[in-house]
Amino acid sequence: MQDTIIQLEGIGKSFKVAKRSAGLVQAAKALLVRDYNVVEALKDISFSIGKGEIVGYIGPNGAGKSTTIKVMSGILVPDEGSCQIMGYTPWTDRVTYVKNIGVVFGQRSQLWWDVPVIDSYELLKDIYKIPRQMYEDNLRMLSETLDLAEFIRTPVRQLSLGQRMRCEIAASLLHSPSLLFLDEPTIGLDAVSKLAVRQFIKTINKEQGVTVILTTHDMADIEALADRILMIGKGTLLYDGSLEQLRGRFGVQEKESLDEMIVQLYKEHQI
Amino acid sequence: MRAYVSVWKLRFINGMQYRAAAIAGALTQLFFGFVFIMIYMAFYSHSSGQPPMSLKEVITYVWLQQIFLSFIMLWFRDNEIFDLITSGNIAYELCRPIGVYPLWFAKLLAQRVTSAVLRSIPILIVVFFLPEPYRMAWPPDLPTLFLFVASLLLGLLVIVAVSMLIYISVFWTLSPTGSTLMISVAGEFFAGMIVPVPLMPDWLQKFTYALPFRWTVDFPFRVYSGHIPQTEALWGMIIQICWLCLLIGFGYASLRRALRQVVIQGG
Repeated sequence: MQDTIIQLEGIGKSFKVAKRSAGLVQAAKALLVRDYNVVEALKDISFSIGKGEIVGYIGPNGAGKSTTIKVMSGILVPDEGSCQIMGYTPWTDRVTYVKNIGVVFGQRSQLWWDVPVIDSYELLKDIYKIPRQMYEDNLRMLSETLDLAEFIRTPVRQLSLGQRMRCEIAASLLHSPSLLFLDEPTIGLDAVSKLAVRQFIKTINKEQGVTVILTTHDMADIEALADRILMIGKGTLLYDGSLEQLRGRFGVQEKESLDEMIVQLYKEHQI
Repeated sequence: MRAYVSVWKLRFINGMQYRAAAIAGALTQLFFGFVFIMIYMAFYSHSSGQPPMSLKEVITYVWLQQIFLSFIMLWFRDNEIFDLITSGNIAYELCRPIGVYPLWFAKLLAQRVTSAVLRSIPILIVVFFLPEPYRMAWPPDLPTLFLFVASLLLGLLVIVAVSMLIYISVFWTLSPTGSTLMISVAGEFFAGMIVPVPLMPDWLQKFTYALPFRWTVDFPFRVYSGHIPQTEALWGMIIQICWLCLLIGFGYASLRRALRQVVIQGG
């Protein structure tokens, strides 16, 4: 196996969630006494990922995918366990560590809403202290492969979702990170943009050896990209292996789509 | 350092897009200036005792207040930062190799300076050419002018440090309305925004002097008019620096605590 780049051991995280039933009386009661549920978002998650892999991280809604990504990108401090990424512990060495990673949260935006995309990029260049030459090379490469040239001078608010998402991905790669986290990068994209994004992920993985960890609900993404799947449900890791192995488990029913297989797997684990 | 200058630049570019807002702002400030001056003129013409500030000083004070409104307003808020916190986009700020406190400090500072540049320069020219008694007075001498600029800039840093605390409080309250309103109403009163501090009753003045707010408005403006003598101004600037260190230290520590507990929901 290649060198390990990510090593997670026994990561656990729980949240306190306030709950109450519907209705005025219940709401009034909640003013005095709050009921909390402790939700265990992650329970004893351990895995390791090698350099240059593309790993698909899947699981039903609320399984803990994004929580894991947040822990790995240093945003969230877990309650227990250890995590070593490129020799750093993300949440304690946050500022030095994040120079080496790129993150895309599909549901959020990192671009300045009112100014052209290129202005946001210029800012990122200074924040990451990217040398001018490297910045220009990266920008040229990114705008060619992601086809950004047309709208890079347009204010972000006037971009379509697909265009914006491509810009977001480019923004996360300007500083040549060696590790890329993509949290639902294809959410809401049309077929053309989706294919462009997939093609692009493949390219940077092959040509620059970028390790990619990707969460998605679109099994076609996984099929097209991931050599390896990690499946999580109710905060525990349920499956870790290649796509072929998974297919093998369910017999050679080639007709069965990946989606159906995943649903069966979910059922098997009662999640 | 480059990064902060860059944030500043982008903010400035951002602010320049809102031309209409700048023109409307300048006109509003001019209008309010006239109204306040008329009110003080009415008060002064009917007062029997010797007022602690002359009318000319008060007029200058009012104009400075209107010109540098965006330097001294506590309610001036950057909705972007509130949105970052409440919507969870702060996730991205945390993925940057840069401290969140200095980054936000730079953003807030830039926003105020941008707004001041776009609004105050036009008014600044107008008020020196107004007919008496509305005309703005020059500072008594050149050193006073320098002292004024220095104390105003220090005051600007103090006010950004105070407003950082408002933003940080949103990590716990999740709504900016309460903390902005509370701090801004109290803060502006004690800064001398509503009534100049020398015109307050004695007991209230003592209270005001113990708070940081007056160092952002009352102090630099009275340095300008020479109401505060030069040596006293220098001492005042040392106190400004002390407050600044205290507020930044406190804000830095609370933001650290907030970020350790931060939970980015959803997604």
